[in-house]
Amino acid sequence: MNLGHALSRLPGYPHAVLVVPDDDGYPLSVATSFRVVDGTVEVTPASTGPRAVRDTVEARLVVSHIRPYPGVGYDQRRYIELSGALSVGGPVWRFTPQAARGWDEQALSFPELCQRALPQARRYLAILSTERGREVKPQMNAGWRFFLATRLPFLTATIVPVFLGFAAAAYDHHFSIGLAALTLLGALTVHLGLNVANDIFDTLSGVDEVNFTPTKFSGGSRVLQYGLVSLRQMMALAAVFYAVAIIVGLVLVAISGLGLLWLGVAGVLISYFYTAPPLRLVHRGLGELCVALGFGPIMVLGTYFVQTGQYALRPLILSIPVAILVMLILYANEVPDRFADAKAGKRTLVVRMRPAAVIRGYVAAVAVAYLVLSAGVVFGVLPWPALISLLTIPLAYQTWKGLKAH
Amino acid sequence: MWMGGSSLLRPPSKPRVRFDQRRGRPGTLGGSVHVARGYPYHEGVTSATVVAEMPGPVVELLSKALVGELTVIDRNGRFRTDPLIPFWDGRYVLMTSSILFSRKLEDIKRNPRISLSLSDPVGIRAQPFSRATIQGDARVIDDDLHQGWYRLVPLWEAKEPIIKTFLKPLQKLGLPLFWERAIIEIVPKRVLWWPDGDTTRDPQVTDVRQAAA
Repeated sequence: MNLGHALSRLPGYPHAVLVVPDDDGYPLSVATSFRVVDGTVEVTPASTGPRAVRDTVEARLVVSHIRPYPGVGYDQRRYIELSGALSVGGPVWRFTPQAARGWDEQALSFPELCQRALPQARRYLAILSTERGREVKPQMNAGWRFFLATRLPFLTATIVPVFLGFAAAAYDHHFSIGLAALTLLGALTVHLGLNVANDIFDTLSGVDEVNFTPTKFSGGSRVLQYGLVSLRQMMALAAVFYAVAIIVGLVLVAISGLGLLWLGVAGVLISYFYTAPPLRLVHRGLGELCVALGFGPIMVLGTYFVQTGQYALRPLILSIPVAILVMLILYANEVPDRFADAKAGKRTLVVRMRPAAVIRGYVAAVAVAYLVLSAGVVFGVLPWPALISLLTIPLAYQTWKGLKAH
Repeated sequence: MWMGGSSLLRPPSKPRVRFDQRRGRPGTLGGSVHVARGYPYHEGVTSATVVAEMPGPVVELLSKALVGELTVIDRNGRFRTDPLIPFWDGRYVLMTSSILFSRKLEDIKRNPRISLSLSDPVGIRAQPFSRATIQGDARVIDDDLHQGWYRLVPLWEAKEPIIKTFLKPLQKLGLPLFWERAIIEIVPKRVLWWPDGDTTRDPQVTDVRQAAA
């Protein structure tokens, strides 16, 4: 914390705690009033009984604030610690500050403070590990670790296009529950593989390490940053997911025909090279396109092909709105990540564009999604109940407001 | 005195004290402080078991304080102060710190001498208001970072009820390392108490160990 800034904030605090060395080597703290005068602090002399306060170059002046919330707790936490010299001669004591540190949760949110403190946590765990001769790690049960590492809630982004593919096939009088189950398994494991691989490569490239503002939707699972799962375990997990996905895909190709192979290969490659070198598609501003292709045409058309053995215009049209909307999940979540992404050389579309252009891009994409859907109904490609999707427009509006706020 | 002498020689992993939320202080135990010879982390204890009195008004401050300024001595011998929520279990001043903010824990392990200021009239809703400084020796209890500090939850919840919400498994996923925590246990050595909070006047000084020796 800058000393000048700290001094400018000091008058906002009603009292301070002065800390000085005691005769027997203990710190001795005492509350006092103060005022800032020309870069120094005049301190009201305080009585500490028989142990008199003496001149010292190792004094601290500490101010802190909370706002209590009865029945809840407190908020508005902030404090400043000034280190400097104390002179106790005269009617007022004079504290000459030399350095400052502190925290104000209105300037630096508590979650971000915690993210910035991760190196200290790792350091402490390393010290304990050395002391105890065994590795001391943070604990979390395996189920929650799996939940966190795989980012399970995001699987809805796969479930929706796959079920759209099922719906399109069923509309054309083709539906096999067994094939549907296999398709869902393959699609989910590709997505899980993608999530885990994304964490691995974003950690290796340093993107997640410098992201201090992750949200529940962005910044990766952070299980590697928290030390909950090792890199090796994550690699094994990704390998298992991709292996299952490839095996299921090959089975589906064998059942449905070679026409599925190209979509399947494209899906797996896009998923893996999304963050993996040498392509690192997301670093090249292609992440949004990849997500649109993967969660749109590839999943919807692929699912439709498995059920019907052919491609058709209807599922293609159907895939466009979902492609755009799932792509916008990524796009919107790149907004809070943009500084960390830029720092790590991850040149996403949001990093490349100016803020106003990011908002316009969002509006344009949403408009295209709903227009394609409406046009599909107007031209008779999609059935009229598909218009129920327009009910989600208020949600898109809320997201637009959220983006503007960022 | 609330506990037999011989049992004091055991580390207090499960203190037999129940927090009386209605009174905001330990139930039937008043303000006794117990320290013991042979206790591995505390220096300067004189002979056998020493039982001393924490001044009642200071117990009241500890029981009501949402914040206290804890000063430790860092590796360079310099002071470092952090605001923390203090607890009183009838025996020790207790605090808890996440490993995310564990520099103070490292410092205490190197040098246990600390000072705790209870001085914020906003963060301490004690009536009548007073101020106190507690000097003492601290130790860090970090043998079970994941669960060990849960024994402080009743005391914590009494001051910050929302903490119970944050302890739900799904909530803890957001910042899992914040919930890997150590306990800071402070044996008071000397207490300075300013009855009306006016620190320009002389404090009442209680040398906790001498008081009962």
